[in-house]
Amino acid sequence: MRPFTYERASDPAAAAKSAAENPDARFLAGGTNLLDLMKLGIERPTHLIDVGRLPLAAIEDTADGGLRLGAMTTNSAVAADPRVRARYPVLAQALLAGASPQLRNKATTGGNLVQRTRCLYFYDPAKPCNKRRPGAGCAALEGLNRGSAILGQSEHCVAANPSDMAVALQVLDAVVETVGADGQARAIPIDDLHRLPGDTPHIETCLRPGELITAVVLPPPPQGPQAYRKARDRASYAGGLASVALAGGRIALGAVSLKPWRARKAEAALAGGAAPDEAAAAELAQARGQGGNDFKINLTRRLMAAVISSGKA
Amino acid sequence: MGQNLLTDAIQRGPVTLVVNGEARTLDLDLRTTLLDALREHFALTGTKKGCDHGQCGACTVLVNGVRINACLSLAVMHDGDEVTTIEGIGRPGALHPLQTAFLDRDAFQCGYCTPGQICSAVGLLAEAAAGAPSQATGDLTAPIVLDDAEIRERMSGNLCRCSAYPQILEAIRDVAQSSGAGAGA
Repeated sequence: MRPFTYERASDPAAAAKSAAENPDARFLAGGTNLLDLMKLGIERPTHLIDVGRLPLAAIEDTADGGLRLGAMTTNSAVAADPRVRARYPVLAQALLAGASPQLRNKATTGGNLVQRTRCLYFYDPAKPCNKRRPGAGCAALEGLNRGSAILGQSEHCVAANPSDMAVALQVLDAVVETVGADGQARAIPIDDLHRLPGDTPHIETCLRPGELITAVVLPPPPQGPQAYRKARDRASYAGGLASVALAGGRIALGAVSLKPWRARKAEAALAGGAAPDEAAAAELAQARGQGGNDFKINLTRRLMAAVISSGKA
Repeated sequence: MGQNLLTDAIQRGPVTLVVNGEARTLDLDLRTTLLDALREHFALTGTKKGCDHGQCGACTVLVNGVRINACLSLAVMHDGDEVTTIEGIGRPGALHPLQTAFLDRDAFQCGYCTPGQICSAVGLLAEAAAGAPSQATGDLTAPIVLDDAEIRERMSGNLCRCSAYPQILEAIRDVAQSSGAGAGA
């Protein structure tokens, strides 16, 4: 691991300002993803701004009947909160489907949103990756791409977003609150936070230099059933091959794109009276694989249809 | 990218950890993980380094009563925190019930993962007692009953390459049942 300087932030706006002053600085929250990447030499920050003790670890009721999750709430604390379990079960289920208990006890709401892809070639410094080095090329196109994206990928990057939590946030229409280097607060709809790769896969979110996530706001839950289901190689503690979140008439997909994928075509089809499998097929008509992940198209279609059907039962 | 002599120099700082009830302040290279601080500086080698990437759970310790992977935390992040390692869970002659149960059930072969397994199980019992759900919890709003499926799911962050999983499950089930948290207790 490369040497770095360290500061413990005491104020969110000051942390954002400090981060904006050094492009090689990183925020450190739970550390479960960043420290792993630093050990591998993939992240090489020269300065760490520890935001883990900022007073952002509360889960609060909002005036309109929703919840505000402080950015430093842990994944396990959110999943265990009685209000989340009763009113936002899709979020509790998604969180509990991710990582291991030990990791969930450290990983934070804010950090989960900006975790990096688990693409094998992003993790292998000996191979080209446009995320690590823009313009280097993408080794996953012709390589081991079983876990790669089937929606919204580009010729420059076929990586998938690994978050379970963010898939649930998509169907809850969550809003991400931030503070910028200028001290200004901003509210970002979850669907606008993550970017598709295009020809700039190294730019993963719409966050500006130094901008710090301070909270995730959940509007009141939509009417109707909620569910989260994840397909993967083993029953626990494994990344997803595909996942589906459902809340009311909203559907989102995980592990199939570089952003948590809101399935608006399927939602429109369902609203128009389509059967679950027809709605899933409508969403996935645009899907394509790279060879090793071709199976994910059918897997995702069937998983979607099953989750939608379960919600109708 | 140019070399920056200031930031390429090793950065050190004082870190105070309360380990198994004893506070000590060390001058550490800031890159020192909690795991390396415990093993190399506190000389508490019960906590094991397996994968060093949060995948195996051998380094599991309790920080302020909560189980975490010590390999994926910097010591400096835990300045002032209370850390409990396997050495603080129990001692020869004064074993923790989980340690006794692991012996009774022969819940290990080589033993390398055992300190992490036991620390993880201590955390598991506390989480279940506090009502925290898991992926195996059918009704998210119902009280937690630690049946076999729940124990397996809640221990998925700890690998045992000797594959003593059935015996680990039995040991934890024994303690869960004696505490009233288990199924059919």
